[in-house]
Amino acid sequence: MATTTIAAAVPLRRPRRATLLRVLLRRPSFVVAASFLLLLVVVAVFAPVIAPYDPNKQVLADRLQGPSAQHWLGTDDLGRDVLSRLIHAADLALLAPLISVGVAILIGVPTGLWAGLRRGWVDAVFSRIADALLSLPGLAFALAIVAVLGPGLVNAMVAMGIVFAPNLFRVVRGAALAVAEESYIESARAIGCSTARIVWVHVLPNIAAPFLVQTTILMGVALLAEASLSFLGLGVQPPDSSWGSMLEVAYQNQYRAPFAVLPAGTALVLTVLAFNTIGDCIRDAVARRRSA
Amino acid sequence: MNILSVRDLTIDLIGKPGQPGLVENVSFDVPAGRSVALIGESGCGKTLTSMAILRLLPPEMRISRGEIIFDGLDLVTASPRELRAVRGGPVGMVFQEPMSSLDPTMTVGDQIGEARRLHLGESRAQARAKARELLDRVGIANAARRLDSYPFELSGGMQQRVMIAAAIACDPKLVIADEPTTALDVTIQAEILELLRSLQQEMGLAVLLVTHDLGVVADFCDEVVVMYAGHVVERAAAQPVFANSMHPYTRALLDSIPQAGRARMPLKAIAGRVPPAGEFPTGCRFQPRCAHAVPGLCDEPQAELEPEPGHRCRCVRVGTRELSLQEAP
Repeated sequence: MATTTIAAAVPLRRPRRATLLRVLLRRPSFVVAASFLLLLVVVAVFAPVIAPYDPNKQVLADRLQGPSAQHWLGTDDLGRDVLSRLIHAADLALLAPLISVGVAILIGVPTGLWAGLRRGWVDAVFSRIADALLSLPGLAFALAIVAVLGPGLVNAMVAMGIVFAPNLFRVVRGAALAVAEESYIESARAIGCSTARIVWVHVLPNIAAPFLVQTTILMGVALLAEASLSFLGLGVQPPDSSWGSMLEVAYQNQYRAPFAVLPAGTALVLTVLAFNTIGDCIRDAVARRRSA
Repeated sequence: MNILSVRDLTIDLIGKPGQPGLVENVSFDVPAGRSVALIGESGCGKTLTSMAILRLLPPEMRISRGEIIFDGLDLVTASPRELRAVRGGPVGMVFQEPMSSLDPTMTVGDQIGEARRLHLGESRAQARAKARELLDRVGIANAARRLDSYPFELSGGMQQRVMIAAAIACDPKLVIADEPTTALDVTIQAEILELLRSLQQEMGLAVLLVTHDLGVVADFCDEVVVMYAGHVVERAAAQPVFANSMHPYTRALLDSIPQAGRARMPLKAIAGRVPPAGEFPTGCRFQPRCAHAVPGLCDEPQAELEPEPGHRCRCVRVGTRELSLQEAP
């Protein structure tokens, strides 16, 4: 009771994000997925403290061991501790999707807004470019970019970002197209809002839901793409590890150490699942709010 | 003193040069502090005309001719900056569908305050305090708590009150209300009109009311502008238009109002429908549906005539006193 009276007295607006978050927090699947990602962030930040060994320390005598008390998740082909390498690669598992989705947002959102709100030739030109980009197989395009710019995580992720941009473009354009027809945009213009203010204050919040759904799902796809590229040796370069490159090592030694594919594989599956679950929860929460 | 003067306003579809205007040569005045009704059937151009005043036409249309003088400024030639200063400042606008005209992601308080922050540079807190006052003014109970409501939490009537509060936020001189009561049920309609009327009287507002409801007009308005198929066919003070309508279209419109006490009588209707843009007849645009049309006379271009002082009519037969609807059966 006391909190509500304080809230009424303080002239602060109740932010919309908070109400959406409140709806989301009522969903167990969202809470589990978000906690997992939060845990991943903590692990990534405190990796040097948490990891039991130096991830690059080689003990050739202990190669390709299974799980044991000293090495909980075993060791790899150079006798490095798998758990430590997994923990140290967590930051990449978060950074890689952030880079590629960030690039996709930077390209896709402004162009999508412009095309959806302006329509006409702007829309025609950008939509054709997006269609052309969508027809490219994503990984093959990323491979081509890496071939030009050289292997490396950032290059690979920027390439994936370019591949993702048309997805976001389409979502944002479609939503903006629908919102532009709403009469509240007209009434915003009728009270004297500039175009910039209309886009920022009235259009963006109203397309946030489909945009958030799309970005979280793209995060999962981006992580898988990073793992694929690293698996092929085109992403992270040794001695750094990513879950993808760890899988590759494990794959080569699969007959001698069948357990080794499980740690990195499980980490990948769970993280992608977490991203997708969050996307699904946002979609459901928004759909329910709209029908209510 | 006219706060708004529309002169020879003509609105075209871009890219169809041969086609007669959707709205052609529309002229009327809104005197300061008075209420003027713009009436006509659906599709007659009344909403287009009202949107054109604030230059809010859809991108495929343009004003090809005419002037719109608001408080000394011609809005047709005004710069985007001048237009933005007028919109929501000295001219407020209320739309037809309150639900879809309010941004669903913004609280009511922020939406009412937005115009004040834009035009008067108020802080969010100042605008919020004013929004609370305005909510009180438009008759919303518990204004302080309603500030944080989202539009979907309000009923249709309350939403329209919020729209009106937003329209009058900057103490405008003119409010353009485009069918403000159409989406509401009848009892709420009366309350909203009562609210508009009291605001008009207390704030000295001029109101341009766009409507097809003649009952509303009779109650509310000082002057009437009747539109048909993009033309103004008759304009005068409200009293003479109702008591002594000159144009056959106005007459037919009045005759088609259902009346209590005339049960089991056939309802008079105007045969046919408003021609779509691009198929307007030459001359008087009402003549294909008019009972008094005379070939060779009515298919010539019609000028606006003034058979009685202050009572203008675009009908050559009435204008030259050849035809008087008072004697018509």
